[in-house]
Amino acid sequence: MKTSFFKRKEPLTDTQLLMTIAIGIFVVMYVLAIVLLGGGFRRPKQIFDMLNDNASLIIVACGLTIVMIGGGIDISVGAVTSLVVMSCVLYLNSGGSIVVSVLLALGIGLGFGLVQGFLISYLEIQPFIVTLAGMFFARGMTTILSVNPQKADHAAFAELRNTKIEISWLGYTAKNGNRMPAQIELGVVIAFVCLVLVFLLLRYMRLGRGFYAVGGNQRSALMLGINVKRTRFLSYVLSGLLSGVSGYVFLLHTGAGNATNADGMEMNAIAAAIIGGTLLTGGVGTVIGSFFGVLILTTIKKIVVTSGLNAPWWQSITTGGMLCFFILLQSVVLSRRAKKKKT
Amino acid sequence: MKEKMKAFFAAFLRLCKRIGAFFGRVCKNLMDGGMAIPIIALLLLVVFNLIRDPGFFGIGIQHNNDGNVVLAGNIISIINGASELAILAMGMTLVTAACGGQDISVGAAAAIAGSAFVKVLKASSSISGGTVVLAFVCSCIVAMIFAAFNGTLVAVFKIQPMIATLILYTCGRSIAYWINGGATPTVSSPIISGIGSFIPGIPVPTPVIIVAIMTILFGLLFRFTSLRLFTQSVGVNGSAARLNGINSTFIKLLSFIILGVCVSVAGCIGVSRLGLINHETLLIDIEMDAILAVAIGGNSLGGGRFRISGSIIGAYVIQMLTITLYAMRVSSTDVKAYKAIVIILLVVIGSPVVKEKFGKFMTRLVHGRKRVSAKGAEE
Repeated sequence: MKTSFFKRKEPLTDTQLLMTIAIGIFVVMYVLAIVLLGGGFRRPKQIFDMLNDNASLIIVACGLTIVMIGGGIDISVGAVTSLVVMSCVLYLNSGGSIVVSVLLALGIGLGFGLVQGFLISYLEIQPFIVTLAGMFFARGMTTILSVNPQKADHAAFAELRNTKIEISWLGYTAKNGNRMPAQIELGVVIAFVCLVLVFLLLRYMRLGRGFYAVGGNQRSALMLGINVKRTRFLSYVLSGLLSGVSGYVFLLHTGAGNATNADGMEMNAIAAAIIGGTLLTGGVGTVIGSFFGVLILTTIKKIVVTSGLNAPWWQSITTGGMLCFFILLQSVVLSRRAKKKKT
Repeated sequence: MKEKMKAFFAAFLRLCKRIGAFFGRVCKNLMDGGMAIPIIALLLLVVFNLIRDPGFFGIGIQHNNDGNVVLAGNIISIINGASELAILAMGMTLVTAACGGQDISVGAAAAIAGSAFVKVLKASSSISGGTVVLAFVCSCIVAMIFAAFNGTLVAVFKIQPMIATLILYTCGRSIAYWINGGATPTVSSPIISGIGSFIPGIPVPTPVIIVAIMTILFGLLFRFTSLRLFTQSVGVNGSAARLNGINSTFIKLLSFIILGVCVSVAGCIGVSRLGLINHETLLIDIEMDAILAVAIGGNSLGGGRFRISGSIIGAYVIQMLTITLYAMRVSSTDVKAYKAIVIILLVVIGSPVVKEKFGKFMTRLVHGRKRVSAKGAEE
């Protein structure tokens, strides 16, 4: 056999190419961090910590990826997450049950998704303005509920929070001799379930393929017999629902509600999706890419902290630089491919 | 007697129909022009405030701490408070029209421009008129460099404006913090406080005068150059504009650089108001308000035709809404929720689908059901 393993019959699609770049850069970055910086990066626990801290961001990024593939934008996700956290804490503290609090979280997310989706797809209002208003509304409602930080005080919920999968052989022994096991929080499990579900939806289901079609070219999608309005509507509903889930996961991680919770999360999620190869113009992107986008963003921050750049401004300046690098890289790669196709 | 009544009734009906037709025409004209929403919103807010508190728009004359005679009142504080927003909305309208996207980094860029302004002021031993001008020119140059960076990404690399400016949005405030050297330096000088509040002898707040100057400058720019035409043609169809000999890359870049000047002016006003630069709070969240002002002003966020006066009115609508809510004793953190409801109402009224439905409803109301159906049958 002369054809090598790497040679494929079909060339990579834009989606696959951008995702491969993201994964490749993540691997290179992490390996470099292990070799050059060592320290925490040598321990497998680091990855688990990153996942535990960012479970809710991963879920939000999944929802945003769906919307962006459909050619829209949703900047209300962070604020909805914050609202869900605050209302669930207040509900739990007033003696509610866990099942109802989960339903409350899903209900708030679904409510935002339904209203925003209706306004955007059926009344044809610009998505940026609608979700901006959604963001203002959710942030305002959060402070109306409570300006002060609220701590969840609920026995059954505390038990749920402490449910962790411990993998002791991946842990390490600290300097004082204590064994620190690697832990997986419940939120990470939920995040992975969401990730797999969204992946399956986008890959194998009619609706998921519809998102790509609508985002790629609305008119062709219409001619193919896809219900464009309904598809766009459902993309916002899914995003809203996932922000509800993300709010609950956020609560599971922090255990307290605060008006400034999830501040700037929408932009982090958008950045993660872009790094992962989702284009804002629509029709291109995967959730796997967005997942690696979240990991890349976190790894940059960890690298900055570990390498001793302690001044408070370096984290966001390096994040901005990295974002710039990715955006330019994607632009150059895509324009070169477009030129190749023409000739 | 009965017949007289009948005739009178018929005449009355005819009159009603005529009045209805007149209002229908007025509504339709207003709805077709893009200015309807901002003006209606402004009028509604004014009426609402007059009902709530008839003295809301009273203007008084006061002596401020320096002993100057100045104008005071809610309306002055609305016009004064919206200055930065109005200036940014002007630049944002141009960028929106040319690129079909928005710059979300204006708040962060204003923080950088303000930091540069303060840095230069601090470097000189005494603050005179010349140093302030020099500092303003420096901050202008800094803001224009960052704007050119955004503009290059958008115009040359063909990246969506929102994504391209996300970079500066992420790191802009940190760069300002870095320029400030991890502190929040203060400047105190009569010239700076004069720019931020009142110049002795002039009863109008200085930021309002600056807005007026900027508006005139924009007016002159559009009067004596073809910028408006070029911007609109680039926004409507970039490649068609290029084929017609318009350098669309340059027009896009230019729109960003003009926005950079606006950002620097807004940043300097913001710094002068407080006499200090705080990278975290200077013009916070103003990018969202500026985009909102553009949208409320009846401009399409997808680019193309634009109306700067609409955006300016939009900025005042937003500020009036905020001040009204404050006057109703809504706390500053809760204002956002009420603001969101009003915004949604405004954009729903302005949405094309609702307009179409409303237009059909109006014609049916004016002409009656039968005629419409008869017309339908003819077709």
